[in-house]
Amino acid sequence: MTAYWTCFWAILSREILRFFHQRSRLLSALVRPLLWLVVFAAGFRSALGVSIMPPYESYILYQEYIVPGLCAMIVLFNSMQTSLSMVYDREMGSMKILLMSPIPKSFLLFSKLVAAACLSLLQVVIFLILANIVDVEIPWWGFLYAIPSVFLSAFFLGALGLILSNFIKQLENFAGVMNFVIFPMFFMSSALYPLWKIQESSLLLYWICQNNPFTYCVEMIRFSLYGQINFNASLVVIGCVLVTGIIAVATFTPKK
Amino acid sequence: MSIKISDVSFKFRGKLALNNVSLSLSPGFNVLLGPNGAGKSTLLSLLTAQRPLQSGTLTYGTHDINQHQRAIMAQIGVVFQQTTLDLDLSVKQNLTYFGALHGLTAKRVLDNLSPVLESLALLDRLDDKIRALNEGHRRRVEIARCMIHQPQYLLLDEATVGLDVDSRKLIIEHIRALAKTSSLTILWTTHLMDEVQEDDALFIMNQGEIVTRGQCGQLLNHYKQENVFDLYRYLTQPEGLI
Repeated sequence: MTAYWTCFWAILSREILRFFHQRSRLLSALVRPLLWLVVFAAGFRSALGVSIMPPYESYILYQEYIVPGLCAMIVLFNSMQTSLSMVYDREMGSMKILLMSPIPKSFLLFSKLVAAACLSLLQVVIFLILANIVDVEIPWWGFLYAIPSVFLSAFFLGALGLILSNFIKQLENFAGVMNFVIFPMFFMSSALYPLWKIQESSLLLYWICQNNPFTYCVEMIRFSLYGQINFNASLVVIGCVLVTGIIAVATFTPKK
Repeated sequence: MSIKISDVSFKFRGKLALNNVSLSLSPGFNVLLGPNGAGKSTLLSLLTAQRPLQSGTLTYGTHDINQHQRAIMAQIGVVFQQTTLDLDLSVKQNLTYFGALHGLTAKRVLDNLSPVLESLALLDRLDDKIRALNEGHRRRVEIARCMIHQPQYLLLDEATVGLDVDSRKLIIEHIRALAKTSSLTILWTTHLMDEVQEDDALFIMNQGEIVTRGQCGQLLNHYKQENVFDLYRYLTQPEGLI
Protein backbone atom coordinates (compact mmCIF):
# COMPACT_ATOMS: atom_id res chain seq x y z
CA MET A 1 0.00 0.00 0.00
CA THR A 2 2.91 2.33 0.79
CA ALA A 3 4.25 1.76 -2.74
CA TYR A 4 0.90 2.83 -4.21
CA TRP A 5 0.81 5.93 -2.02
CA THR A 6 4.41 6.86 -2.93
CA CYS A 7 3.56 6.43 -6.61
CA PHE A 8 0.33 8.42 -6.36
CA TRP A 9 2.05 11.24 -4.49
CA ALA A 10 4.87 11.37 -7.07
CA ILE A 11 2.45 11.66 -9.99
CA LEU A 12 0.45 14.35 -8.17
CA SER A 13 3.56 16.37 -7.24
CA ARG A 14 4.97 16.10 -10.76
CA GLU A 15 1.77 17.49 -12.30
CA ILE A 16 1.64 20.33 -9.77
CA LEU A 17 5.33 21.14 -10.26
CA ARG A 18 4.92 21.17 -14.02
CA PHE A 19 1.85 23.38 -13.73
CA PHE A 20 3.70 25.99 -11.69
CA HIS A 21 6.69 25.81 -14.02
CA GLN A 22 4.42 26.71 -16.92
CA ARG A 23 3.57 30.21 -15.71
CA SER A 24 1.76 31.20 -18.90
CA ARG A 25 -0.59 28.25 -18.41
CA LEU A 26 -1.37 29.37 -14.86
CA LEU A 27 -1.92 32.94 -16.00
CA SER A 28 -4.14 32.08 -18.94
CA ALA A 29 -6.14 29.68 -16.76
CA LEU A 30 -7.09 32.64 -14.57
CA VAL A 31 -7.23 35.46 -17.10
CA ARG A 32 -9.62 33.61 -19.45
CA PRO A 33 -12.55 33.23 -17.00
CA LEU A 34 -11.89 36.65 -15.47
CA LEU A 35 -12.23 38.26 -18.90
CA TRP A 36 -15.54 36.51 -19.36
CA LEU A 37 -16.67 37.60 -15.92
CA VAL A 38 -15.49 41.20 -15.94
CA VAL A 39 -15.82 42.14 -19.61
CA PHE A 40 -18.32 39.81 -21.28
CA ALA A 41 -20.74 39.57 -18.36
CA ALA A 42 -20.60 43.32 -17.72
CA GLY A 43 -21.47 44.00 -21.34
CA PHE A 44 -24.37 41.55 -21.42
CA ARG A 45 -25.63 42.35 -17.95
CA SER A 46 -28.48 44.57 -19.12
CA ALA A 47 -29.30 42.53 -22.22
CA LEU A 48 -29.65 39.21 -20.42
CA GLY A 49 -32.01 39.27 -17.47
CA VAL A 50 -32.22 36.08 -15.46
CA SER A 51 -35.53 35.23 -13.82
CA ILE A 52 -35.87 33.47 -10.50
CA MET A 53 -34.90 29.86 -11.03
CA PRO A 54 -33.38 27.19 -8.79
CA PRO A 55 -30.97 27.31 -7.03
CA TYR A 56 -31.37 31.10 -6.88
CA GLU A 57 -33.98 32.47 -4.50
CA SER A 58 -34.24 35.93 -6.04
CA TYR A 59 -33.32 37.81 -9.18
CA ILE A 60 -29.61 37.74 -9.76
CA LEU A 61 -27.13 39.65 -11.83
CA TYR A 62 -25.80 38.02 -14.97
CA GLN A 63 -22.29 37.98 -13.47
CA GLU A 64 -23.53 35.76 -10.70
CA TYR A 65 -25.28 33.48 -13.17
CA ILE A 66 -22.21 32.74 -15.24
CA VAL A 67 -19.81 32.08 -12.34
CA PRO A 68 -20.62 28.30 -12.15
CA GLY A 69 -20.32 28.08 -15.95
CA LEU A 70 -16.92 29.74 -15.78
CA CYS A 71 -15.84 27.35 -13.03
CA ALA A 72 -16.83 24.50 -15.35
CA MET A 73 -15.00 26.23 -18.19
CA ILE A 74 -11.81 26.27 -16.12
CA VAL A 75 -12.24 22.56 -15.51
CA LEU A 76 -12.93 21.89 -19.19
CA PHE A 77 -9.87 23.81 -20.40
CA ASN A 78 -7.63 22.27 -17.77
CA SER A 79 -8.83 18.78 -18.63
CA MET A 80 -8.20 19.30 -22.31
CA GLN A 81 -4.81 20.78 -21.45
CA THR A 82 -4.18 17.52 -19.61
CA SER A 83 -5.00 15.57 -22.74
CA LEU A 84 -2.54 17.81 -24.58
CA SER A 85 0.11 17.05 -21.99
CA MET A 86 -0.61 13.32 -22.44
CA VAL A 87 0.10 13.71 -26.16
CA TYR A 88 3.25 15.64 -25.25
CA ASP A 89 4.27 12.92 -22.77
CA ARG A 90 3.73 10.34 -25.47
CA GLU A 91 5.79 12.29 -27.99
CA MET A 92 8.55 12.97 -25.46
CA GLY A 93 8.53 9.38 -24.23
CA SER A 94 7.74 10.04 -20.56
CA MET A 95 4.56 8.03 -20.97
CA LYS A 96 6.74 4.96 -21.64
CA ILE A 97 8.50 5.53 -18.34
CA LEU A 98 5.20 5.86 -16.50
CA LEU A 99 4.10 2.52 -17.89
CA MET A 100 7.37 0.80 -16.97
CA SER A 101 6.12 0.90 -13.41
CA PRO A 102 5.08 -2.39 -11.80
CA ILE A 103 2.03 -0.57 -10.38
CA PRO A 104 -1.14 -1.40 -12.42
CA LYS A 105 -1.79 0.82 -15.42
CA SER A 106 -5.32 1.57 -14.18
CA PHE A 107 -3.93 2.97 -10.91
CA LEU A 108 -1.34 5.08 -12.76
CA LEU A 109 -3.97 6.59 -15.04
CA PHE A 110 -6.32 7.08 -12.10
CA SER A 111 -3.53 8.98 -10.32
CA LYS A 112 -3.00 11.12 -13.43
CA LEU A 113 -6.71 11.96 -13.52
CA VAL A 114 -6.79 12.78 -9.82
CA ALA A 115 -3.76 15.03 -10.28
CA ALA A 116 -5.49 16.85 -13.15
CA ALA A 117 -8.65 17.17 -11.06
CA CYS A 118 -6.65 18.67 -8.17
CA LEU A 119 -5.18 21.24 -10.54
CA SER A 120 -8.66 22.13 -11.78
CA LEU A 121 -9.86 22.48 -8.21
CA LEU A 122 -6.98 24.75 -7.33
CA GLN A 123 -7.71 27.01 -10.30
CA VAL A 124 -11.43 27.13 -9.52
CA VAL A 125 -10.75 28.13 -5.90
CA ILE A 126 -8.41 30.94 -7.02
CA PHE A 127 -11.01 32.07 -9.58
CA LEU A 128 -13.79 32.12 -6.96
CA ILE A 129 -11.62 34.22 -4.64
CA LEU A 130 -10.96 36.67 -7.50
CA ALA A 131 -14.67 36.67 -8.39
CA ASN A 132 -15.47 37.70 -4.81
CA ILE A 133 -12.91 40.48 -5.09
CA VAL A 134 -14.70 41.84 -8.18
CA ASP A 135 -17.97 41.86 -6.21
CA VAL A 136 -19.59 38.63 -7.36
CA GLU A 137 -20.70 37.21 -4.09
CA ILE A 138 -20.56 33.47 -3.67
CA PRO A 139 -21.25 32.21 -0.13
CA TRP A 140 -17.95 31.08 1.45
CA TRP A 141 -19.41 27.72 2.37
CA GLY A 142 -20.30 27.33 -1.30
CA PHE A 143 -16.56 26.85 -1.90
CA LEU A 144 -16.62 23.77 0.31
CA TYR A 145 -19.81 22.33 -1.20
CA ALA A 146 -18.42 22.86 -4.68
CA ILE A 147 -15.30 20.77 -4.06
CA PRO A 148 -16.89 17.37 -4.80
CA SER A 149 -18.80 18.75 -7.82
CA VAL A 150 -15.72 20.34 -9.33
CA PHE A 151 -13.70 17.23 -8.60
CA LEU A 152 -16.26 14.90 -10.24
CA SER A 153 -16.58 17.18 -13.28
CA ALA A 154 -12.80 17.37 -13.56
CA PHE A 155 -12.49 13.61 -13.36
CA PHE A 156 -15.11 13.11 -16.08
CA LEU A 157 -13.63 15.73 -18.41
CA GLY A 158 -10.09 14.50 -17.68
CA ALA A 159 -11.07 10.95 -18.64
CA LEU A 160 -12.69 12.34 -21.80
CA GLY A 161 -9.43 14.17 -22.52
CA LEU A 162 -7.51 10.95 -22.00
CA ILE A 163 -9.74 9.17 -24.54
CA LEU A 164 -9.22 12.04 -26.98
CA SER A 165 -5.47 11.89 -26.48
CA ASN A 166 -5.56 8.39 -28.01
CA PHE A 167 -6.81 9.91 -31.23
CA ILE A 168 -4.56 12.97 -31.35
CA LYS A 169 -1.46 11.87 -33.19
CA GLN A 170 0.49 15.11 -32.92
CA LEU A 171 0.49 18.19 -30.72
CA GLU A 172 -0.38 20.29 -33.76
CA ASN A 173 -3.77 18.58 -33.98
CA PHE A 174 -4.84 20.11 -30.68
CA ALA A 175 -6.48 23.02 -32.53
CA GLY A 176 -9.03 20.45 -33.71
CA VAL A 177 -9.88 19.65 -30.11
CA MET A 178 -10.47 23.35 -29.46
CA ASN A 179 -12.84 23.67 -32.42
CA PHE A 180 -14.63 20.37 -32.25
CA VAL A 181 -14.72 19.60 -28.51
CA ILE A 182 -14.07 22.52 -26.19
CA PHE A 183 -16.04 25.27 -27.94
CA PRO A 184 -19.13 23.18 -28.82
CA MET A 185 -19.24 21.68 -25.32
CA PHE A 186 -18.96 25.09 -23.69
CA PHE A 187 -21.29 27.11 -25.91
CA MET A 188 -23.95 24.43 -26.24
CA SER A 189 -24.53 24.22 -22.51
CA SER A 190 -26.11 26.21 -19.72
CA ALA A 191 -22.78 27.86 -18.89
CA LEU A 192 -23.58 31.24 -20.45
CA TYR A 193 -27.38 31.29 -20.62
CA PRO A 194 -30.21 29.34 -18.97
CA LEU A 195 -31.67 26.54 -21.04
CA TRP A 196 -35.15 28.10 -21.09
CA LYS A 197 -33.70 31.05 -22.99
CA ILE A 198 -32.20 28.70 -25.55
CA GLN A 199 -35.52 26.84 -25.82
CA GLU A 200 -37.21 30.10 -26.77
CA SER A 201 -34.90 30.56 -29.76
CA SER A 202 -34.27 27.03 -31.03
CA LEU A 203 -35.73 23.69 -29.99
CA LEU A 204 -32.94 21.77 -31.73
CA LEU A 205 -30.26 23.75 -29.90
CA TYR A 206 -32.15 23.24 -26.65
CA TRP A 207 -32.21 19.48 -27.26
CA ILE A 208 -28.46 19.45 -27.96
CA CYS A 209 -27.74 21.50 -24.82
CA GLN A 210 -29.90 19.20 -22.75
CA ASN A 211 -27.98 16.17 -23.98
CA ASN A 212 -24.59 17.76 -23.53
CA PRO A 213 -22.97 16.20 -20.44
CA PHE A 214 -21.11 19.46 -19.82
CA THR A 215 -24.49 21.11 -19.05
CA TYR A 216 -24.84 18.68 -16.15
CA CYS A 217 -21.37 19.57 -14.86
CA VAL A 218 -22.35 23.24 -14.92
CA GLU A 219 -25.65 22.62 -13.14
CA MET A 220 -24.08 20.34 -10.54
CA ILE A 221 -21.49 23.03 -9.73
CA ARG A 222 -24.16 25.77 -9.78
CA PHE A 223 -26.34 24.05 -7.20
CA SER A 224 -23.44 23.04 -5.00
CA LEU A 225 -22.13 26.62 -4.86
CA TYR A 226 -25.37 27.46 -3.07
CA GLY A 227 -25.29 24.44 -0.78
CA GLN A 228 -27.81 22.39 -2.75
CA ILE A 229 -27.61 19.10 -4.61
CA ASN A 230 -28.94 18.70 -8.12
CA PHE A 231 -29.52 14.94 -8.02
CA ASN A 232 -30.27 14.62 -11.71
CA ALA A 233 -27.08 16.42 -12.75
CA SER A 234 -25.00 14.58 -10.15
CA LEU A 235 -26.21 11.17 -11.34
CA VAL A 236 -25.50 12.02 -14.98
CA VAL A 237 -21.97 13.23 -14.13
CA ILE A 238 -21.24 10.18 -11.95
CA GLY A 239 -22.44 7.96 -14.82
CA CYS A 240 -20.18 9.85 -17.21
CA VAL A 241 -17.24 9.48 -14.79
CA LEU A 242 -17.71 5.70 -14.73
CA VAL A 243 -18.19 5.27 -18.47
CA THR A 244 -15.36 7.57 -19.60
CA GLY A 245 -13.06 6.32 -16.82
CA ILE A 246 -13.47 2.70 -17.92
CA ILE A 247 -13.10 3.53 -21.63
CA ALA A 248 -10.05 5.73 -20.95
CA VAL A 249 -8.20 3.01 -19.06
CA ALA A 250 -9.26 0.23 -21.44
CA THR A 251 -8.32 2.05 -24.61
CA PHE A 252 -5.14 3.72 -23.42
CA THR A 253 -2.04 2.82 -25.40
CA PRO A 254 1.44 4.13 -24.67
CA LYS A 255 2.40 3.93 -28.36
CA LYS A 256 0.98 6.21 -31.04
CA MET B 1 18.37 -15.27 -15.08
CA SER B 2 17.89 -15.35 -18.83
CA ILE B 3 15.52 -13.79 -21.31
CA LYS B 4 13.97 -16.17 -23.83
CA ILE B 5 12.25 -14.98 -26.97
CA SER B 6 10.60 -17.78 -28.94
CA ASP B 7 9.03 -17.60 -32.39
CA VAL B 8 8.04 -13.96 -32.06
CA SER B 9 6.54 -12.33 -35.13
CA PHE B 10 5.09 -8.85 -35.23
CA LYS B 11 3.19 -7.00 -37.92
CA PHE B 12 3.04 -3.22 -37.86
CA ARG B 13 0.68 -1.41 -40.25
CA GLY B 14 0.50 -4.49 -42.41
CA LYS B 15 4.28 -4.87 -42.67
CA LEU B 16 6.14 -7.74 -41.05
CA ALA B 17 8.54 -6.02 -38.62
CA LEU B 18 9.69 -9.20 -36.86
CA ASN B 19 9.70 -12.59 -38.53
CA ASN B 20 9.81 -15.61 -36.25
CA VAL B 21 12.51 -14.24 -33.98
CA SER B 22 13.95 -16.58 -31.36
CA LEU B 23 16.85 -15.82 -29.08
CA SER B 24 18.06 -16.51 -25.59
CA LEU B 25 19.95 -13.89 -23.59
CA SER B 26 22.16 -15.09 -20.76
CA PRO B 27 23.54 -13.04 -17.84
CA GLY B 28 26.30 -10.77 -19.12
CA PHE B 29 26.68 -8.39 -22.03
CA ASN B 30 24.57 -9.29 -25.07
CA VAL B 31 24.75 -7.17 -28.19
CA LEU B 32 21.96 -6.95 -30.74
CA LEU B 33 23.49 -5.41 -33.84
CA GLY B 34 21.52 -4.38 -36.87
CA PRO B 35 20.99 -1.55 -39.34
CA ASN B 36 18.30 1.08 -38.84
CA GLY B 37 14.90 -0.48 -39.48
CA ALA B 38 16.11 -4.02 -38.75
CA GLY B 39 13.48 -4.44 -36.02
CA LYS B 40 15.62 -3.85 -32.93
CA SER B 41 13.39 -1.16 -31.44
CA THR B 42 10.26 -3.16 -32.25
CA LEU B 43 11.75 -6.11 -30.40
CA LEU B 44 12.57 -3.85 -27.49
CA SER B 45 9.03 -2.48 -27.43
CA LEU B 46 7.79 -6.07 -27.08
CA LEU B 47 10.36 -6.82 -24.39
CA THR B 48 9.15 -3.80 -22.42
CA ALA B 49 5.45 -4.54 -23.04
CA GLN B 50 4.97 -1.23 -24.83
CA ARG B 51 3.32 -3.29 -27.55
CA PRO B 52 1.38 -6.54 -27.06
CA LEU B 53 2.80 -9.81 -28.37
CA GLN B 54 1.03 -10.96 -31.52
CA SER B 55 2.62 -14.40 -31.66
CA GLY B 56 5.30 -16.42 -29.91
CA THR B 57 6.39 -16.27 -26.27
CA LEU B 58 8.65 -14.04 -24.24
CA THR B 59 9.90 -15.00 -20.79
CA TYR B 60 12.14 -13.40 -18.17
CA GLY B 61 13.47 -16.23 -16.01
CA THR B 62 10.32 -18.15 -15.23
CA HIS B 63 7.96 -15.22 -15.83
CA ASP B 64 5.94 -15.09 -19.03
CA ILE B 65 5.33 -11.48 -20.13
CA ASN B 66 1.64 -12.06 -20.82
CA GLN B 67 1.01 -13.50 -17.37
CA HIS B 68 3.46 -11.73 -15.08
CA GLN B 69 3.92 -8.32 -16.67
CA ARG B 70 4.01 -6.41 -13.38
CA ALA B 71 6.56 -8.74 -11.81
CA ILE B 72 8.73 -8.36 -14.91
CA MET B 73 8.47 -4.56 -14.87
CA ALA B 74 9.82 -4.59 -11.32
CA GLN B 75 12.91 -6.44 -12.57
CA ILE B 76 13.83 -4.60 -15.75
CA GLY B 77 15.66 -1.34 -16.28
CA VAL B 78 15.31 0.31 -19.67
CA VAL B 79 16.99 3.06 -21.62
CA PHE B 80 14.93 3.87 -24.68
CA GLN B 81 16.37 5.17 -27.92
CA GLN B 82 14.44 8.40 -27.48
CA THR B 83 15.21 10.47 -24.37
CA THR B 84 12.40 10.06 -21.86
CA LEU B 85 13.33 12.59 -19.21
CA ASP B 86 11.12 15.44 -18.07
CA LEU B 87 12.98 18.52 -19.30
CA ASP B 88 11.38 20.91 -16.80
CA LEU B 89 12.38 18.89 -13.75
CA SER B 90 15.81 18.58 -12.17
CA VAL B 91 18.00 15.47 -12.32
CA LYS B 92 17.03 14.62 -8.74
CA GLN B 93 13.32 15.17 -9.40
CA ASN B 94 13.46 12.93 -12.47
CA LEU B 95 15.20 10.18 -10.53
CA THR B 96 12.94 10.34 -7.48
CA TYR B 97 9.86 10.45 -9.73
CA PHE B 98 10.90 7.24 -11.46
CA GLY B 99 11.79 5.66 -8.12
CA ALA B 100 8.35 6.55 -6.78
CA LEU B 101 6.76 4.82 -9.79
CA HIS B 102 8.45 1.72 -8.40
CA GLY B 103 7.23 2.51 -4.90
CA LEU B 104 10.61 3.76 -3.63
CA THR B 105 11.00 6.80 -1.40
CA ALA B 106 13.32 9.64 -2.42
CA LYS B 107 15.82 8.70 0.30
CA ARG B 108 15.96 5.09 -0.85
CA VAL B 109 16.43 6.21 -4.46
CA LEU B 110 19.40 8.39 -3.60
CA ASP B 111 20.87 5.70 -1.33
CA ASN B 112 20.55 3.06 -4.06
CA LEU B 113 22.00 5.34 -6.67
CA SER B 114 24.83 7.02 -4.81
CA PRO B 115 27.62 4.80 -6.27
CA VAL B 116 26.09 4.89 -9.76
CA LEU B 117 25.80 8.67 -9.69
CA GLU B 118 29.39 8.91 -8.57
CA SER B 119 30.71 6.67 -11.32
CA LEU B 120 28.67 8.54 -13.93
CA ALA B 121 29.92 11.88 -12.58
CA LEU B 122 26.43 13.13 -11.85
CA LEU B 123 26.62 13.86 -8.13
CA ASP B 124 27.22 17.57 -8.62
CA ARG B 125 24.49 17.88 -11.28
CA LEU B 126 21.57 16.63 -9.17
CA ASP B 127 19.89 20.03 -8.89
CA ASP B 128 20.36 20.98 -12.53
CA LYS B 129 17.33 21.04 -14.78
CA ILE B 130 17.46 18.40 -17.52
CA ARG B 131 16.94 21.18 -20.06
CA ALA B 132 20.32 22.60 -19.01
CA LEU B 133 22.19 19.33 -19.63
CA ASN B 134 23.82 18.25 -22.87
CA GLU B 135 22.85 14.98 -24.58
CA GLY B 136 25.69 13.06 -22.97
CA HIS B 137 24.67 14.03 -19.45
CA ARG B 138 21.01 13.33 -20.21
CA ARG B 139 21.95 9.83 -21.27
CA ARG B 140 23.97 9.35 -18.09
CA VAL B 141 20.90 10.36 -16.08
CA GLU B 142 18.86 7.76 -17.97
CA ILE B 143 21.50 5.10 -17.33
CA ALA B 144 21.44 5.97 -13.62
CA ARG B 145 17.65 5.97 -13.63
CA CYS B 146 17.38 2.48 -15.04
CA MET B 147 19.37 1.20 -12.03
CA ILE B 148 17.16 2.82 -9.37
CA HIS B 149 15.13 -0.27 -8.52
CA GLN B 150 18.14 -2.60 -8.71
CA PRO B 151 16.85 -4.59 -11.69
CA GLN B 152 18.03 -8.00 -12.87
CA TYR B 153 17.71 -7.18 -16.54
CA LEU B 154 18.93 -4.11 -18.42
CA LEU B 155 17.66 -3.24 -21.88
CA LEU B 156 19.43 -0.40 -23.66
CA ASP B 157 18.24 0.70 -27.07
CA GLU B 158 20.96 2.57 -29.00
CA ALA B 159 21.94 4.28 -25.76
CA THR B 160 25.02 6.01 -27.16
CA VAL B 161 23.74 7.22 -30.52
CA GLY B 162 24.46 10.88 -31.12
CA LEU B 163 26.87 11.25 -28.20
CA ASP B 164 30.45 12.49 -28.27
CA VAL B 165 33.36 10.08 -27.91
CA ASP B 166 33.93 10.73 -24.20
CA SER B 167 30.29 10.24 -23.23
CA ARG B 168 30.05 7.06 -25.33
CA LYS B 169 33.19 5.68 -23.74
CA LEU B 170 32.04 6.49 -20.21
CA ILE B 171 28.62 4.94 -20.72
CA ILE B 172 29.69 1.76 -22.44
CA GLU B 173 32.51 1.20 -19.95
CA HIS B 174 30.07 1.67 -17.10
CA ILE B 175 27.65 -0.88 -18.56
CA ARG B 176 30.43 -3.37 -19.35
CA ALA B 177 31.71 -3.05 -15.78
CA LEU B 178 28.19 -3.78 -14.52
CA ALA B 179 28.06 -6.89 -16.70
CA LYS B 180 31.31 -8.13 -15.19
CA THR B 181 30.61 -7.34 -11.55
CA SER B 182 26.95 -8.35 -11.32
CA SER B 183 24.63 -11.11 -12.48
CA LEU B 184 22.70 -8.70 -14.69
CA THR B 185 21.43 -9.81 -18.08
CA ILE B 186 22.14 -6.88 -20.37
CA LEU B 187 20.80 -6.37 -23.87
CA TRP B 188 22.66 -3.64 -25.73
CA THR B 189 21.13 -2.83 -29.11
CA THR B 190 23.20 -0.78 -31.50
CA HIS B 191 24.16 -0.18 -35.09
CA LEU B 192 27.62 1.08 -34.07
CA MET B 193 30.10 -1.70 -34.75
CA ASP B 194 32.95 -0.27 -32.70
CA GLU B 195 30.88 -0.99 -29.58
CA VAL B 196 31.17 -4.75 -30.11
CA GLN B 197 34.04 -6.72 -28.54
CA GLU B 198 35.26 -10.21 -29.45
CA ASP B 199 34.00 -11.89 -26.27
CA ASP B 200 30.47 -10.39 -26.49
CA ALA B 201 27.45 -12.57 -27.14
CA LEU B 202 26.42 -11.16 -30.51
CA PHE B 203 23.09 -11.31 -32.34
CA ILE B 204 22.89 -9.75 -35.78
CA MET B 205 19.49 -8.71 -36.97
CA ASN B 206 18.37 -7.69 -40.42
CA GLN B 207 14.94 -7.13 -41.96
CA GLY B 208 13.12 -8.45 -38.91
CA GLU B 209 15.15 -11.66 -38.62
CA ILE B 210 18.09 -12.84 -36.56
CA VAL B 211 20.66 -13.69 -39.22
CA THR B 212 23.33 -15.07 -36.91
CA ARG B 213 24.16 -15.52 -33.24
CA GLY B 214 27.12 -16.57 -31.11
CA GLN B 215 30.24 -15.26 -29.47
CA CYS B 216 31.60 -12.47 -31.63
CA GLY B 217 35.12 -14.00 -31.98
CA GLN B 218 33.68 -17.37 -32.99
CA LEU B 219 31.39 -15.74 -35.55
CA LEU B 220 34.34 -13.93 -37.10
CA ASN B 221 36.15 -17.27 -37.48
CA HIS B 222 33.08 -19.06 -38.74
CA TYR B 223 32.33 -16.52 -41.47
CA LYS B 224 36.04 -15.93 -42.11
CA GLN B 225 35.76 -12.19 -41.62
CA GLU B 226 38.47 -9.90 -40.26
CA ASN B 227 36.36 -7.60 -38.11
CA VAL B 228 32.83 -6.85 -36.97
CA PHE B 229 32.33 -4.31 -39.72
CA ASP B 230 33.06 -6.89 -42.44
CA LEU B 231 30.95 -9.50 -40.69
CA TYR B 232 28.07 -7.07 -40.42
CA ARG B 233 28.31 -6.09 -44.10
CA TYR B 234 28.64 -9.71 -45.14
CA LEU B 235 25.46 -10.67 -43.29
CA THR B 236 23.25 -7.63 -43.75
CA GLN B 237 23.90 -6.21 -47.20
CA PRO B 238 22.78 -7.63 -50.53
CA GLU B 239 25.60 -9.39 -52.40
CA GLY B 240 25.75 -6.74 -55.07
CA LEU B 241 26.67 -4.10 -52.52
CA ILE B 242 29.48 -6.04 -50.83
